[in-house]
Amino acid sequence: MKKTFVTFLLVLLTVSLVAQDDLMDLLNENAAPETNFTTATFKSTRIMNGHSVERMPPGQLDFRISHRFGTVNSGAYEFFGLDQANIHFSLEYGIFDWMMIGIGRGTYEKTYDAFTKLTLLRQSSGARVMPVTVSFFTSAALRTTKWPDPDRTNYFSSRLAYTSQVLIARKISQGLSLQLTPTYVHRNLVATELDPNDLWAMGAGGRLKLSKRISLNAEYFYLVNADNTYMSNPVYNPLSVGVDIETGGHVFQLILTNSLAMIEKGFIGETTGRWLNGDIHIGFNISRVFTLKK
Amino acid sequence: MKRSFVLIIFTVLALSVSAQKYMTKNGFISFFSHTPMEDITADNNQVAGIVDISTGELVFQVLIKSFHFERALMEEHFNENYMESEKYPKSSFKGKITNLASLDLKKAGTYDVVAEGQLTIRDVTKPVTVKGTLEVTATGLNTNAKFKIVPEDYNIAIPGVVRDKIAKDLEVTVIMKYSPM
Repeated sequence: MKKTFVTFLLVLLTVSLVAQDDLMDLLNENAAPETNFTTATFKSTRIMNGHSVERMPPGQLDFRISHRFGTVNSGAYEFFGLDQANIHFSLEYGIFDWMMIGIGRGTYEKTYDAFTKLTLLRQSSGARVMPVTVSFFTSAALRTTKWPDPDRTNYFSSRLAYTSQVLIARKISQGLSLQLTPTYVHRNLVATELDPNDLWAMGAGGRLKLSKRISLNAEYFYLVNADNTYMSNPVYNPLSVGVDIETGGHVFQLILTNSLAMIEKGFIGETTGRWLNGDIHIGFNISRVFTLKK
Repeated sequence: MKRSFVLIIFTVLALSVSAQKYMTKNGFISFFSHTPMEDITADNNQVAGIVDISTGELVFQVLIKSFHFERALMEEHFNENYMESEKYPKSSFKGKITNLASLDLKKAGTYDVVAEGQLTIRDVTKPVTVKGTLEVTATGLNTNAKFKIVPEDYNIAIPGVVRDKIAKDLEVTVIMKYSPM
């Protein structure tokens, strides 16, 4: 009797193993656990002025043209700043699926710049959970304006400034992404001995999608050790707000900002405009992506 | 003795039943859009599927993010704007081979088959009928199929500016190589 029972149980077990009538359930049971990596935390490699965690994918070349006009409070004679234009253009390229590089040239202090950005962690859910995407950004800027005092001994290294940033972002929902950006700027030469060579700043930025192709972006950097009572030239924290508009291969970014420069050491360390005074620059970034390698 | 015999019979029977299911985790699905302006293809090599040749039932499932395009930007737009793949991560098909009775799948060879079923994309389920071939080999089972889908049927909104670059109907190719489960 007992044996029959055991046999019966075994048979039942075998049958139940086989009789999975819903193939979809069976498929899901057999499927390997997937890691779902978050994509498109931001539309562009920049939030506004500053870099976002996004990186050009390998083989893709991004040609960027950016403008910042004069300040809005310069009045109708200057056509609210539009008579003056500061330009920055750059070529940026993805080498690996974790690394991009870029070179650029800007009107501001006739500066050449080069940077690299590395993806260290990727936000993901599923089999491997990672709450944030983390990238590391570092750049060098070479000022090529004529020496203010050609008579003294001027070193080439005095033209250089460096920026390093850790970019930490989370796509909180489909519509909202936020980023924190601890920043370190080192300037080999500053205007007077009152001005610090090393600047520390904490950046915060985000984007809110208004539609599938338009988002509202904002970005702010808080300067930790810039005390204007001692500085030769007072500097203020840069605040930028604007919209991203995506059209196929282009991303347009329209910007209102109190900084004129479009490179890190400039807009983080040398923003002299104040929103409260109306020192607001209208600007735009245009990004056009070309596929060089398929 | 008799009981063990019964047990063995049942087990063998059970095994033989289960051997009629075939599975793959790296099937291939691609879609192709042709317009005079632009040709677009996307490939996915991570399609999971099961065929049960005793009943003719078949299912497959794809992760939308596993579709890869030649241009990374296109892939991003596909996921972000068209498929909304974080909201709808998977597409699936569940169907049945309708002409199973007329086939002798015990013999190796290539057979024309017709499958009818439900295709789910972005949580929208539509009936589809697919014609294809089923090849029985010594090691497993291969299926090939081609069919057309209309993006608008699955609530995929295509804005006016790119309407000329995306075909009204996309050609979907499914190539699966199954092994016995």
